[in-house]
Amino acid sequence: MNKNLLWKIVFILATVLFFFYGIFGIPKSLTMDGLAAAVTDHIHLGLDLKGGTHLILQVHVNDAINVDAQNAIEVLKQQLRNRKIDYADISQPDPQNNPDRIVIKGVQSGARNDLLAIVRDRLPEYDITGGAQDSWNMSMKPSNLTDLRNKAVSQAIETIRNRIDQLGVSEPTIQEHGLGQYQILVQLPGVDDPGRVKDIMQSTAMLEIKQQMGGPFPSEQAALQDKGGVLPADSLLLPGHAMPGAPDEGQAWYLVSRVSAVSGKDLRDAQPSTDQNGQPSVSFTLTGEGGQRFYNFTSSHVGDSLAVVLDNKVQEVANIKEPIRDRGEISGGKMSEQQAKDLSMILRSGALPASISYLNEEVVGASLGADSIRAGVRAAIIGMVAVLVFMLIYYRGAGVNADVALIMNLVILLGFLGWSTIAGVNVALTLPGIAGVILTVGMGVDSNVLIFERIREELRNGKTPPSAVDQGFSHAWITIVDTHVTTIVSAAILFIFGTGPVKGFATTLTFGLLANLFTAVFVSRVIFDWVLTRKQRGDALSI
Amino acid sequence: MEFFHNVNIDFLGKKWYFLAFSLIFSVAGVLSMLFWHHIPWGVDFRGGTLVYVRFSHAPDLGAVRADMDRAGLKDPKIQLYGVASNNEVLIDLGLRETSEQALDQGKNKIIGALEKNVPAGKTDLNNGALLTIKNYLMDKDPMHLGTDAEAKYTAQAQAIADFRDKVHGGVLNSLDQLKGAPGVDPAAAASIADGFYLSDFHVQNVAIVGPQVGSQLRTQAGLATLYSLLGMLVYLGFRFEWIYGVAAVITVFHDTLITVGAFSLTNTDISLTVIAAILTLIGYSNNDTIVVFDRIRENIKLMRREKLSEIVNRSINQTLSRTILTAGLTFLTVLALFLFGGEVLRGFSLALVIGILIGTYSSIAIAAPILVAYQDWRIEKGKRPLAMPGKAR
Repeated sequence: MNKNLLWKIVFILATVLFFFYGIFGIPKSLTMDGLAAAVTDHIHLGLDLKGGTHLILQVHVNDAINVDAQNAIEVLKQQLRNRKIDYADISQPDPQNNPDRIVIKGVQSGARNDLLAIVRDRLPEYDITGGAQDSWNMSMKPSNLTDLRNKAVSQAIETIRNRIDQLGVSEPTIQEHGLGQYQILVQLPGVDDPGRVKDIMQSTAMLEIKQQMGGPFPSEQAALQDKGGVLPADSLLLPGHAMPGAPDEGQAWYLVSRVSAVSGKDLRDAQPSTDQNGQPSVSFTLTGEGGQRFYNFTSSHVGDSLAVVLDNKVQEVANIKEPIRDRGEISGGKMSEQQAKDLSMILRSGALPASISYLNEEVVGASLGADSIRAGVRAAIIGMVAVLVFMLIYYRGAGVNADVALIMNLVILLGFLGWSTIAGVNVALTLPGIAGVILTVGMGVDSNVLIFERIREELRNGKTPPSAVDQGFSHAWITIVDTHVTTIVSAAILFIFGTGPVKGFATTLTFGLLANLFTAVFVSRVIFDWVLTRKQRGDALSI
Repeated sequence: MEFFHNVNIDFLGKKWYFLAFSLIFSVAGVLSMLFWHHIPWGVDFRGGTLVYVRFSHAPDLGAVRADMDRAGLKDPKIQLYGVASNNEVLIDLGLRETSEQALDQGKNKIIGALEKNVPAGKTDLNNGALLTIKNYLMDKDPMHLGTDAEAKYTAQAQAIADFRDKVHGGVLNSLDQLKGAPGVDPAAAASIADGFYLSDFHVQNVAIVGPQVGSQLRTQAGLATLYSLLGMLVYLGFRFEWIYGVAAVITVFHDTLITVGAFSLTNTDISLTVIAAILTLIGYSNNDTIVVFDRIRENIKLMRREKLSEIVNRSINQTLSRTILTAGLTFLTVLALFLFGGEVLRGFSLALVIGILIGTYSSIAIAAPILVAYQDWRIEKGKRPLAMPGKAR
């Protein structure tokens, strides 16, 4: 055997070993069960095969823009006041569809330069143009708008990941979904009842502590009457319970300050606890900066009441007896122990930057997945065995090449899935992925058939076995390259533009075809060469 | 062993038969898509609520329908699903709601309607979520565990659910079955038998798809396929001549049309996995076409004096043995999947079974004649006949 061939064989064996490690790692035991456990450790099944919950969420990114625009309006008002410039009104004309648009009306004449300077210095992410009759239009620069939307999505993903991690779901998938529609894909293997998880993910958990300025009132009208028909400019009317903590809770309305003393952003920690009545509650601590602000607020409002507001609902009101620095408690509202636990967890994970809603939910039962794996594996084995046996009968000696190549192709493909787990990329095997495997097997058979038929043809034309093998491979190679490259090109495009299932198909197909180029051409050729070196000149080739 | 040796069939001479065959099937499919079953999009694409239920006994569809009626769910599609011995039923609410919340309620209504004769204060184990079982065990603490009770009861709940789902396909018939279950503590089993009862069904799979996602998915799958065909066209134009790329794309389009048409004619749902199968058939058909094209390219160089139709015929015949073998073997794998792959894979394997047949047929009957027809057209217009691709290696 020549040295060149020996090296090729060593290289092939090393490759096989490498991918076997991907499939099994180093198994703890060599029994059937031990090997099966090693495989399940390395090759992860998709939700469609394993069972679990699949959700697609829509992030309402306009919420985040609204917050920014409202903030901008506050900045404008304050700056204009500081520079003693009169204006009639600053508002968003269409917060629903164009939340970044701000209209400033009735600006006093001659304030043009001041206004432009304010926007340039303090609100550089906005463009400002003059409109009719002393009014000005502002809108966010497109690049900032895109940034803000994308940030809302990535922040939402981060927050949801935090929350799901704390729920103890193993191997969740949380990623952006689709092409720029601000959607998130969440896959939770093994979760059979998504109700609670959905609530927890969706909760905005916007915590604010505000000053109570009036109430409780039995209705909104009553509140308005009490204030003489007009609410004070710096106040808000929010719903809540009549008597927080009391057993007979009806709806009530509270007048609270528009500005919050502290908010969810200032939280350092939140834990479930019990209040002085022994009811479940959530206690929280504030960050250093937040604590300082809370201290300033409480020390200047001793004797007043504060309101704890969660998602724009007053949870409880409490009297400020003394300055408080960094601790607080959310109680009232008849929390159950589980709710207190969930709420503290949600608060710890941070608030969502925008509200979300669910577009798609699929719960695959473990029983269904188990059935389809069993049936699918059985069918695949029957099909494979039929193909392998046929190749042996039809091509005799060369059939061994084809069978080795096909089996090695599958080993490499599975090993690739295993290595993806080791590398932390986690390409799971899904039903569409299996479609990719089938096409790979089909094209693998095809490559072998192409080569063998060509070799037979060359032999018929009177070539010697070595030259027939050589000619057969070099002619078939052109065809194989063309078929493989075209398919890989389309698979790559499917991977880039497709979603979920289409991607799974494209991944296994691309890698399977690359593996096939190696096994059906390189490996098969090495086997032929090895067989030929052992033959005497003039011996026939078994094909 | 060899099946085909020195065959010489005049394939191009039969092109009018091929055309008639293709036309009949594509037109029938298109007519069905337009006027009969339309395109039977699965729930993934059309939106709606789909619940797969497995019963412990042979299901009575009339009774299920009556239950749905009572719950105010009007006119759901209820059908048996899979092999009869599995007792599976599919309930499809279609898309009558436009908001996702409403779809969510639809699911709960279906489950609620099927839950009958609930013993007071007991929970259904056949539809009990892991969390419900764990919380119950934590509450009752039948094993008198100390500190790490949560982890142990979670494992117990998992063992019970696994026993139910993986060993018994989701439905237990008697709570006594739990006693011998692997990994389940006898005390826990006894406690479960105390607080739970067994309904006669298990919800296997729930799909709730909002209308927005469905249409978006359709557009996206369509665009991805379109782009990938474009990529194919460009690559083939670069490797051969542009007409080869065009012929290959027309061929693939023909295959897709007939396959989708077959789904419409048989009114089989086109789900996400069927889309994967259609992508597979596109890849397969394309592979087949290129093999023939490659041979044509090679023969054009060898047989400079022959007519193109002669060359094409010869090339098809030379590759026929390979074509039949590959198609036959791939068909074998796919057929195994269709026959033994189970109900979940049914639509998927159906698309592949049709696709492999059509994909093989079309490279001979559609792709090759297009090349010749183009050549004839060029000659008729008095242009120089295609000297043919010199670009290949």
